[in-house]
Amino acid sequence: MQISISKLWQPGIVLVALLLSIPVLTIAGFVFEPSGENWEHLKQTVLPEYLTNSVLLVLGVTAGTLSIGVSTAWLTAMCQFPGKKSFVWLLLLPLSMPAYIIAYTYTGLFDFAGPVQTQLREWTGWGYGDYYFPEVRSLGSAISMLSLVLYPYVYLLARAAFLEQSICVLEVSRTLGCNAWSSFYRVALPLARPAIVAGLSLALMETLADYGTVSYFGIGVFTTGIFRTWFGLGDSVAAAKMAALLLMFVFTLVVIERVSRRQARYNHTTNKYTQLPEYRLTGLKAILAFMVCLFPVALGFLLPAGQLSSWAILTYQDMVDEAFLRLTFNTVLLGLLAAFLSVMLALFLAYGKRMLATRSVNVSIRVAATGYAIPGTVVAVGIIIPFAWLDNSIDDFMRTQFDISTGLILSGSLFAVMFAYMVRFLAVSLQTVESGLGKIKPCMDDAARTLGYRPRETLFKIHMPLMKGSILTALLIVFVDVMKELPATLILRPFNFNTLAVRAFELASDERLADSSTAALMIVVAGLLPVIFLSKSISQSRAGSNDK
Amino acid sequence: MNLKHIVVTMILLISFNALSAEVNVYSGRKEKLVKPLLDRFTAETGIKTNLVTAKADKLLTRLKNEGRNTPADVFITVDAGRLYRAKQAGIFASVNSDTLNAAVPSHLRDPEGQWVGLSQRARVIFYAKDRVKPEQLSTYEDLVSDAWKRKICIRGSSNIYNQSLVASLIASNGKQAAQQWSNKLVKNMARPPRGGDRDQIKAAAAGQCDIAIANTYYYGAMLTSKKDSSQVKAAQAMGLFWPNQQGRGSHVNISGAGVTKHAKNPENALKLLEFLVSPESQKWYAEVNFEYPVSENAEISELVKSWGSFKSDKLSLDVLGRNNAEAVRTMDRAGWK
Amino acid sequence: MTNRLEVKQIDICYGNKQIVNNLSFSLTDGKIGCLLGPSGCGKTTVLRTIAGFEPPTRGQVLISNEVVSDQKISLPPEKRHIGMVFQDFALFPHLSVQDNIRFGLQGWSKKDQHDRIIELLAMIGMPTLARAYPHQLSGGQQQRVALARAMAPEPSILLLDEPFSSMDVELREKLAREVRHILKQENITAILVTHDQHEAFAMADEICVMNEGQIYQNDSAYNLYHKPVNRFVADFIGEGVIVPGMVVGGNTVNTELGNIHGLVPQGCKPGCQVDVLIRPDDIIHDDDSTETAVVVERAFRGSDFLYTLRMPSGIEVLSLVPSHHDHRINETIGIQLEFDHLVVFPRASAGENTAAQ
Repeated sequence: MQISISKLWQPGIVLVALLLSIPVLTIAGFVFEPSGENWEHLKQTVLPEYLTNSVLLVLGVTAGTLSIGVSTAWLTAMCQFPGKKSFVWLLLLPLSMPAYIIAYTYTGLFDFAGPVQTQLREWTGWGYGDYYFPEVRSLGSAISMLSLVLYPYVYLLARAAFLEQSICVLEVSRTLGCNAWSSFYRVALPLARPAIVAGLSLALMETLADYGTVSYFGIGVFTTGIFRTWFGLGDSVAAAKMAALLLMFVFTLVVIERVSRRQARYNHTTNKYTQLPEYRLTGLKAILAFMVCLFPVALGFLLPAGQLSSWAILTYQDMVDEAFLRLTFNTVLLGLLAAFLSVMLALFLAYGKRMLATRSVNVSIRVAATGYAIPGTVVAVGIIIPFAWLDNSIDDFMRTQFDISTGLILSGSLFAVMFAYMVRFLAVSLQTVESGLGKIKPCMDDAARTLGYRPRETLFKIHMPLMKGSILTALLIVFVDVMKELPATLILRPFNFNTLAVRAFELASDERLADSSTAALMIVVAGLLPVIFLSKSISQSRAGSNDK
Repeated sequence: MNLKHIVVTMILLISFNALSAEVNVYSGRKEKLVKPLLDRFTAETGIKTNLVTAKADKLLTRLKNEGRNTPADVFITVDAGRLYRAKQAGIFASVNSDTLNAAVPSHLRDPEGQWVGLSQRARVIFYAKDRVKPEQLSTYEDLVSDAWKRKICIRGSSNIYNQSLVASLIASNGKQAAQQWSNKLVKNMARPPRGGDRDQIKAAAAGQCDIAIANTYYYGAMLTSKKDSSQVKAAQAMGLFWPNQQGRGSHVNISGAGVTKHAKNPENALKLLEFLVSPESQKWYAEVNFEYPVSENAEISELVKSWGSFKSDKLSLDVLGRNNAEAVRTMDRAGWK
Repeated sequence: MTNRLEVKQIDICYGNKQIVNNLSFSLTDGKIGCLLGPSGCGKTTVLRTIAGFEPPTRGQVLISNEVVSDQKISLPPEKRHIGMVFQDFALFPHLSVQDNIRFGLQGWSKKDQHDRIIELLAMIGMPTLARAYPHQLSGGQQQRVALARAMAPEPSILLLDEPFSSMDVELREKLAREVRHILKQENITAILVTHDQHEAFAMADEICVMNEGQIYQNDSAYNLYHKPVNRFVADFIGEGVIVPGMVVGGNTVNTELGNIHGLVPQGCKPGCQVDVLIRPDDIIHDDDSTETAVVVERAFRGSDFLYTLRMPSGIEVLSLVPSHHDHRINETIGIQLEFDHLVVFPRASAGENTAAQ
């Protein structure tokens, strides 16, 4: 029976991966079309700038998410200080904040004409040019904004890794003469590196795919470049070439991640887990730890959410109506459905990979997962083209055979939207599910089978309970991501179908920040509930904790 | 029942919804600025409207690929460039309607009847009242003189209204002149371009620059903002100047719409277009979004009226679309971010 | 006595690579067998084939006289009624000790389950830890729970895959004896896979020494040590040195240690070059002996010293000497050769030829 399953599984995986790669391949296909003068023009004028900015953005976000994510993960995993218990979940909150929304609110607050600088000028009597104030719409702030909302990926995975480290290893390092800090740098950090890199790669892929923030700040990067070329110059070939460049960029990142992981195939050498003793921080150190954790929560969540709330209080009466409630319901339903499907797909692929680690399986899964780094609009266009082609081909066939027009079946349907979500967010669910699956040693399967359980029973009896934490995490992240997703939904959705993100974006891009705040706040709130719920269940599913 | 029957029945079920009285709209205009009118249309005619909004370019890509089977009957955009592109792509059908012809002046319509303007949007100069006298201003061309060095706020070159403005300069003054204009304008910018049109007005009001280039309706929206008094204050500190009044007139773009070639409900689509240029709808644009109606006999809001009448550039709007790509390249070369 | 397990002429391949080659052995009821060999010799693969995780490419496996694997059928592991203890125990981290043990008791009544758990916990000496979780246990405790879990459903045969390899070295033999005791008490047929001969000796009744996918010798521990069938077995089991020699007569081999008498391999005519295995217990310390050797190295083993001695001819041999004979390095001591079993191999590459006494 197992043999027949694996016989179907391999082509199944390749097929699924191929389907999910369709958008990427469609776009990549443009590369082979002859390029016109525009490509030369771009190379000479803006391309170097896009490249530099993209690299700087990636480096900046790397520094930002790592410093925030790792430090807070370490503090909340290994130390005891006032407020720590709350920070464990508070630190996840910025995850529910779309990057473009936080960009809007910060601009509203700190722009030259915004309330902060205006107040400053009123108090001091300064005018333009009399004082230095960091420019809100700059590469630096784009890095800050993205770091503030993306660090939770690093935090989440790094913290889990820290918690899973056997304390023995850390104690060994202490006996070898490392103090608490150097045992962090020399032992805990390298041990957690695969997890940290996994979190970072998620953050960076989102960074590369981000359009809302960079375009609002007027920064020329690959994504903004693709849109300008495609829609401003009307040159899809040159735009696709640029998208292909972006893909190369992503592949490089993926390869770097793979290579670093291969070198760092750390296995825990012991099964002896004990309750982690926590470093009890007092006095200045406790205050410092508190501030380090408060900083990202305050800037990444409290401040923008506060601003949104104050706007929402002004405008909600005009904004909340029956249609608004319906679209909130739509969005939540869509998010749940997408999260469920995405995790199912991830499970299918991850299990397949676990059973048949062949090259073709590995490669097709990697390709399928690159969708995360591709801007939603590019994914959407990559879906429209093949879907519409298929629809029209079916229609042609039916017309000639039966004299009936089937019209469009796939395009402009919720299916297309859902498919886009699968393409975009598979990497997220896959990453999380794979890391969970990695914890279940193959011998546990064997043990269950020798104890009389069939493979499917093993799945429910052993894997499901052990995977619960990872699966919930995957569900959470995909759900929140879908809640925030904008461009693909915007383009692919069927008639009269709205989501909160679409509503918020339409108003905000029309420079009606205050009006958009209710919808934006709703996204944040809807994202909050699972964040809180799941952070609880994650903390309970750790090996070595006694509170079972 | 054989397979053929089953297939046929299924397909009939799938395509059944095409039979009810409705019209399907792809709109580059945001929902808030189109849905209320569609709802009114439904109330008046009983024809159900279905709407998808997104950036016009992306809807255009969708339309092109959906081809013959597109569900869209009407395609609405917020600039002439996209109408031109849609026409080039063979998206639109030609319609001939006396109502449309009567309501909309010919330079705001496609000569072949493929699209029709719905509202006019003027891109003008705003000046800080405390620092600039209107007498110092004259034309778009004059903005690049040294007098305005580091004094101008304008948004990025990815913005379609800037692209259209440069496209109109290419049409009026030639490629080279437009290139020089762009080069110099970049030198006269007070800061690297960023933000939207409102941000330019706000920045000028706050003293970051003396001059802002923006569309008039943003100014109107700021002046009437009920929620945000700082916007009102900022707008009040700024004056509106109509450039090129002695010459070809101020740059105007339009929002417009056309009936798609493969429309399943062409009659309803045409009805919708006629409804959108009716005096009632035209007034709505002016009142709700402070745009200028295309219909000459439509009323405009008191506020818009207070900005005075102006001469608009009567350049064929087709040209904006045709020059769009060149405009983008021009701005790229100038280093206009 | 009936055969509980029979493995008949099995081949096992991964892709094109043959892992196990024409391997056969059997195990009678209540016996503890052992597959002993270096890592990579295929012993775990054989075990996994018996368990049903790997299908054999040729041959048969019978458990309780029922064919469970051949070319056509491969009964899945869960239908074979076997128990298995894994190298790193594979305890389910989300289940408590009692639930781990209960895991295989599906279909039992609540009361029977409870009784069985109590019985097993008592047997492994952990009656108070029923509610503990695996991560709260020491390695030895985890090991015993794994054993109890595997034994709980009263399997017809118990498979142990390197069960002590993750334990401390000092603990291994002790645990192996403990486990043997438990298995014998319950009269369980078991097969152990290990690379550690001490474990094998401590636990098994019969030992198959394996290398390169084949069984070289299936014998008692005593015979493996004293009557290895080839040079590989001789090398792998116990200590000793190989000394070159030449057959000089019917049953005499001339070596640098002098003439040694015993059975030489068939076909070895006088003049034939051979190798002779000298075990440490073949060299006896005797202060009165005229033959002497120099102490080169010494290792204290509690009751004995293992001396490495250099003979006058220059070759080095090992000698096991009671530990009250404390000699320093470079000291010259008297020795005597005492061969109970002459082990002679023709001069050829290791492991190819059989030998005789």
